[in-house]
Amino acid sequence: MATNATSLRRQRLIGRTVIYGALLFMAAFYLMPLWVMIITSIKPLDEIYAGSFIGLPKHITFEAWRSAWSEACNGTACMGLKPYFVNSILLTIPAVLLSTSIGAINGYVITKWRFPGSNVIFGLLLFGCFLPFQAVILPMAQTLGFLGLAGTLPGLILVHTVYGIAFTTLFFRNYFIGIPDELVKAAQIDGAGFIRIFVSIMLPTALPIIVVSCIWQFTQIWNDFLFGASFTAGENAPITVALNNIVNVSMGRKQYNVDMAAAMIAALPTLIVYVVAGRYFVRGLTAGAVKG
Amino acid sequence: MATLEIDRVRKTYGSMEVLKEVSISIGDGDFLVLLGPSGCGKSTLLNMIAGLESITSGEVRIAGDVVNDLPPKDRDIAMVFQSYALYPTMTVRQNIEFGMKIRGIAPEARAKATQAAAEMLQMGHLLDRRPSQLSGGQRQRVAMGRAVVREPKLFLFDEPLSNLDAKLRVDMRTEIKRLHQRLGTTIVYVTHDQIEAMTLATRIAVMKDGNVQQFGPPQEVYDRPANTYVARFVGSPAMNIIPGRLVRTGQEAAVEFSGSNGVARIDGITVSAETAQAYDGKAVLVGIRPEHFSLEKHAGPGLPVQIDVVEPTGADTLAVFQLGGVEVISRLEPFAVSSGEAVTLAVKTDKVVLFDATSETRLG
Repeated sequence: MATNATSLRRQRLIGRTVIYGALLFMAAFYLMPLWVMIITSIKPLDEIYAGSFIGLPKHITFEAWRSAWSEACNGTACMGLKPYFVNSILLTIPAVLLSTSIGAINGYVITKWRFPGSNVIFGLLLFGCFLPFQAVILPMAQTLGFLGLAGTLPGLILVHTVYGIAFTTLFFRNYFIGIPDELVKAAQIDGAGFIRIFVSIMLPTALPIIVVSCIWQFTQIWNDFLFGASFTAGENAPITVALNNIVNVSMGRKQYNVDMAAAMIAALPTLIVYVVAGRYFVRGLTAGAVKG
Repeated sequence: MATLEIDRVRKTYGSMEVLKEVSISIGDGDFLVLLGPSGCGKSTLLNMIAGLESITSGEVRIAGDVVNDLPPKDRDIAMVFQSYALYPTMTVRQNIEFGMKIRGIAPEARAKATQAAAEMLQMGHLLDRRPSQLSGGQRQRVAMGRAVVREPKLFLFDEPLSNLDAKLRVDMRTEIKRLHQRLGTTIVYVTHDQIEAMTLATRIAVMKDGNVQQFGPPQEVYDRPANTYVARFVGSPAMNIIPGRLVRTGQEAAVEFSGSNGVARIDGITVSAETAQAYDGKAVLVGIRPEHFSLEKHAGPGLPVQIDVVEPTGADTLAVFQLGGVEVISRLEPFAVSSGEAVTLAVKTDKVVLFDATSETRLG
């Protein structure tokens, strides 16, 4: 018995070791690019050109980060990412709030105030989810031209809001469909109207899906390159476009450390959003109806 | 408190007719139960009274006023839903006060009304909890509290007990009846449970396929069902409907059932002269409730039957036998019979109901 138990324990130990070993290896493999980015961004340029790519820096410097933030050249100016980072914030926050709000109202109307043809409209909206970015660029550019918003940040906000409505409506529609209609009926009998029911009853229950919608939209809009590159120019460009321009500038030696620092600055906000609100994201995606 | 008149009300969705000219009218303080299986239109009718569904044609009048075009909030009604429909993010107190808040009632008055309702429904200790922290019965209480504080002319209940377990259902049924006795408010109550209908109602409307099959006091619906549908729907076990033949015997009538072992006969059934005249020798459907059979101790006139199956319920015994080619259930005393036994049963002839064999409506 005793020997049996010991051998069983040993077998389990071996099994665990193999599993954890494999997992650690894969995690390390997956994190390798990030490692290279971080390490490269804090090395002096000479050290990089001396051939050390993966190894630890002999001399740590944050010069590349400073340069990426405020000095790097993108072909037209040498102001670093800072102004474009501000652009992206000025663009993303209103676009996220607008598209999420409109999506919430759409989802509410489509599920709780059905009207003839509401399903058709929802179907058409869904279509927007499958529409590739490229397909809408030309008509969108024309529309922006008509509206006099071509090349401006408000124009880009409009584009992202319109494009985002399809997704946010889908989110809220799927969430609200799980909330019993009787809740709306009860509120109607209590005397609440369209807006009161939305604000006092529906929105408070919808917190998880609001978070999901905001994270989703934030990531989409912050990371977007195509719309940014197509509908803005020069000083109005979002950070993704500026990053591309900085990396692609070819004058003298390629500044790998600055490129890496710039890429990480551009990626940081979405990372922070995920870390801060990630658990809501999972919860919101898996949450079904409100129990009650 | 108010009267309610439903006057030739119809409801159609496109070409589909959900309600076909329903007319029901009840007095002040009545407890109307709309009884029927799912899809009979009873909930639709309730929603139309509430103003949650539009009325295709006809009129609904509450306290004499036509309310067809009034929104729910202006009809002076309160409603309790099957799923309770408590606002999930609000506490019990906020749930109860939500309607009063919208109507602009002062905070002190709101608190007072909430307190009174909480005392009446014994839920004072629940006021600061959220719906998700309550049991089914407690949620039901809160839903009723929310309705009570409104002090409406009309209470509407939409299958309020369907989500509760059997024991709680009986308790809450009593609670609702007590509420009605105390407040005396007119109530419309939708259910598919005939026991709820019988125990609660002062008036029952039995519905099927968008029609009212019968409208009357519970005992009348039970004793004199308008047709075999109502007869089968109300009562548990249901009324036995046995194919037989009417035979005129002087002032009264008898019914005969043919079976494998000859003809069985029940004498002494009261029918009107016209019915006796018209149906003499013709096929009829004979309705007998299980409890109107009894064991005939002494040999003599009665129904000789062979007991098939015996189901003791404790309080009494359900004995199943064959008569007229159908299975018949009788409710007898405990241990009165055993399966396989041949016995003679007596029938309370004044309780026997006759139906036309083809139209299945009751004969006078």
